[in-house]
Amino acid sequence: MSKVDFLKDFRDSKRIKAISEIIYKEADRSINIMEICGGHTHTIMKYGLSQILPPFINFIHGPGCPVCVMPKERIDHAISLVQDEKNILVVLGDMIRVPGSESSLAKERAKGKNVKVIYSPFDAIKIAKENPQKNVIYFAIGFETTTPMTASLVNFTIKDQIKNLFFHVNHVLVPPPIRAIMDSKEAKIDAFIGPSHVSVITGAKIYDDIVKSYGTPVVVSGFEPVDVMESILRIVRQFKERRREVEIQYTRAVNFEGNVKAQQLIDKYFTTRENFRWRGIGDIPYSGLKLKEEFSYLDAEIVFRDILPSKQVDDHKLCICGDILKGIAKPYDCKVFAKACTPENPLGACMVSSEGACAAYYKYGKLELTL
Amino acid sequence: MRQILLSHGGGGKETQKLIKDLFFKYFSNPILEKMEDSAVLEINSKIAFTTDSFTVYPIFFKGGDIGKLAIAGTVNDLTVMGAKPLYLSCSFIIEEGFPIEYLEKILTSMSKEMEKSQVKIVTGDTKIVPKGFADGIFINTTGIGKVIYEGISAQNLEEGDCIVISGTVGDHGACIMAQREGMEMDSNIESDCESLWDMVEKVINSGVKIKAMRDPTRGGLSAVLNEWALSSNVEIEVEEDKIPVKPEVQGLCELLGFEPYTLANEGKIVFCVDKKDVEKLLTVLKNHQKGKDATFIGKVISKGKPVVILKSPYGTRRVMEFPSGELLPRIC
Amino acid sequence: MCLSIPSRVEEIIEDQFAIVDTMGVKRKVSLHLMPDPVNIGDYVLIHVGYAIAKLSEEDALESLKIYEEIIKELEKEEKAEILGDSYE
Repeated sequence: MSKVDFLKDFRDSKRIKAISEIIYKEADRSINIMEICGGHTHTIMKYGLSQILPPFINFIHGPGCPVCVMPKERIDHAISLVQDEKNILVVLGDMIRVPGSESSLAKERAKGKNVKVIYSPFDAIKIAKENPQKNVIYFAIGFETTTPMTASLVNFTIKDQIKNLFFHVNHVLVPPPIRAIMDSKEAKIDAFIGPSHVSVITGAKIYDDIVKSYGTPVVVSGFEPVDVMESILRIVRQFKERRREVEIQYTRAVNFEGNVKAQQLIDKYFTTRENFRWRGIGDIPYSGLKLKEEFSYLDAEIVFRDILPSKQVDDHKLCICGDILKGIAKPYDCKVFAKACTPENPLGACMVSSEGACAAYYKYGKLELTL
Repeated sequence: MRQILLSHGGGGKETQKLIKDLFFKYFSNPILEKMEDSAVLEINSKIAFTTDSFTVYPIFFKGGDIGKLAIAGTVNDLTVMGAKPLYLSCSFIIEEGFPIEYLEKILTSMSKEMEKSQVKIVTGDTKIVPKGFADGIFINTTGIGKVIYEGISAQNLEEGDCIVISGTVGDHGACIMAQREGMEMDSNIESDCESLWDMVEKVINSGVKIKAMRDPTRGGLSAVLNEWALSSNVEIEVEEDKIPVKPEVQGLCELLGFEPYTLANEGKIVFCVDKKDVEKLLTVLKNHQKGKDATFIGKVISKGKPVVILKSPYGTRRVMEFPSGELLPRIC
Repeated sequence: MCLSIPSRVEEIIEDQFAIVDTMGVKRKVSLHLMPDPVNIGDYVLIHVGYAIAKLSEEDALESLKIYEEIIKELEKEEKAEILGDSYE
């Protein structure tokens, strides 16, 4: 048995309380902290961490939920693909609830279209082998954390000569949206909590340029409440000691270089797109990935280009997700929050997945509204 | 393997044979065997009356099957109204081609489960539908019970009242989730599916005054407490670290991003009692095999604002949401 | 989406797969993305069916030590405050 309980030891209430006390003692200025990743938003809301932090430590919920930032036109692609009975679309997680311009994959599935939710990309291979007469299309989503799994799946597809598995690639990168938000001038962000599992893959090195360009500390944090509290303490101390640097709090899993094997696999199959449109933020150059040209025979956007719509779709007019992501508005500032826009019927990006800022406020933050 | 055929539902010879050879073998009692169009019962008391349909998938799961669930579910619905379960009706909708061996297995566990609370099936029906018109087997049970304890209501909660749960939460929901198709995980999580009349009868006989009582099935503990908060217009505060959860249920929740208190239970009861009755209630429950993990988890703290609050051990508070918007499989 | 729960390696199986245990739930996961060899008893992070990193017990213990120091520090200060109060 390990001497460490990797979950309970980092949820321990005595430790949470103690770090909270130290932060109260040491914090001496207002700090706007953006937690980039939706997982951290979830931890902050679920454990009510802002209730045990000084009121001038302010959280801004970042764009790090790959489901939320998926623009409608990409969902419309997926929906067009399943209109043909010969196609089976396989997808991870709560992607199927995300509304496109007119429908969602969940609604299409209810109509009897071939949409399958899987728990691991490996299931895509199984489905492809079981359905040799059909085209199986893996709708690949996720940040750097989930990209190596798609790369591995591409690797198997080629090695096992699977002829009926294709990839609709929607992988996105963490640093470009951060730069886009910081470059927008309206953004009021002093420091970042860096993602846990993105950083396991990429290493903490990808944040070096952020610190250099914007003078904002980045602390790569674990997902448990003790981790997040310690990361905030580290940010407070950087400001006190006039340091601006990349720090790793999540030392048990993250190092500076990251998982090199996974990085090599990504580089083997993927290259950056000139542009990717983010729901709530808009166009960001070089922020998304696509398959390299030599693998275009696996690329669903090329193989099925005749049936894919090319229309761009604007975000809902009343939705202020863009401002929420920049840190200039909170979910409560939105007119449609918890009214026209709910987790059952999301209008905007941040309400779509349970990791989105609005969904987390809806689920955990009602207390502040009812009090 | 012998299979159910459409002719088994035709009303002719095959139907008679199915009823006599199979159903009577497991459900035999004098009222049922009269084979009249309806059962005639004599009950000189207030009665509780309830119905439920069962469509759980998979039909056989760790800790039970659709048959056990169909008996326990209806028995428990009577139980939480303070009624001693007496008679059940039972209807089957079976898909053509369903293995008779499976049906026998289901009937066996129904008959075993009925013995536990001495209830009888006194009337029934079977329909067979063509392949593809149902998924294996669906069961409906309706129950009648004799009310022996009156006054239980979701509107009874008052400031200072205490909330007790009879055991760990989320076992049934987690069990079904883990055995769902495509999950490819292996765990020892068993459903808690169980008739609870014998345990509740002991609570009633102990003299504890039960203000409200519910079996937290779909929607879990969270749904029950939210309904109570609304019906009684009160604020309930639950201490998060006191809610009993089995480690492997917690593990599954971590993996899938669920909260154990929104998962279904099929063998638990939530009680609301006056503060002075808590100790006695806990003693009675803990002395019973099905209530050995009973825990006092929270209190009604004020009137006028219907909300359920989860309090953390380090002092933060958040709302325990009414479960919604989840993609749940067929759990019951 | 980026959920990734610490799990213990129970068994290494052929073609770079392993059986891992997450609080009593056992699953088959891929080791194809692991840069270093994995042994039974190691704790790994799993993301959508793939192990992505070994967890370092040493570093975790180091973190826990920091927390213990913080707690001790606070207790000392509290004691000092209580003593201070009683002399007033």
